[in-house]
Amino acid sequence: MTLDILYFAWLRERIGQPRERVETDAATIRDLVAELAACDEWHAAAFADMSAVRCAVDQQLAELDTPLAGSREVAFFPPMTGG
Amino acid sequence: MTARVQTAPFDLAAEMRGFGEGAGAIVTFSGVVRDDNGRMTALEIEHYPGMTERALNDYGQEAARRFDLTDWRIIHRHGHLAVGEQIMMVATAARHRRAAFDAADYLMDWLKSRAPFWKREIAHDGSGKWVEAKTSDEEALTRW
Repeated sequence: MTLDILYFAWLRERIGQPRERVETDAATIRDLVAELAACDEWHAAAFADMSAVRCAVDQQLAELDTPLAGSREVAFFPPMTGG
Repeated sequence: MTARVQTAPFDLAAEMRGFGEGAGAIVTFSGVVRDDNGRMTALEIEHYPGMTERALNDYGQEAARRFDLTDWRIIHRHGHLAVGEQIMMVATAARHRRAAFDAADYLMDWLKSRAPFWKREIAHDGSGKWVEAKTSDEEALTRW
């Protein structure tokens, strides 16, 4: 499947781009993270500590075990600091 | 019953005109950019277009259901905001004050840790530092 991957805040800076499109067979977000982290040193650095990363699938907050079948957009970002 | 994400400043008085008409209690909260350590000149606020509006609407509707609100409004700004500028506001209207206060408190707790905004502190020399999430903000959610 084709997924749009979005990055925000320091993940965007560490990876060096706000979004990318990937072809993947990853079953869950955890699998996708493993694939992305293997891309290059920037991705590896961004995903080095997953306790500091939150994610959303199709704009809904999600957990690492969330399945990706039928999804279009996955976003990665640090814990939110709004308000 | 609206949520907005915008760069432009907002006028609290104008926003409250006609808000919650017929309610017994209206609570408003506004957040202002503050400089805690004397080094900061501004905040840069990043958000996730599309998801942010959806999240704010979801929390507003959930608060309305939970506290039986007659009206609610959330406005959150993004972009470059100088110290002293308003960042955001929450307003709630209900028949009784307790529900209006609790709903505003509830919305603030959810916004802090679940709405996709990220703050970066800009120092006098132009350098930036991402604000880290506080565990106390996360713990605050367990109250609800």
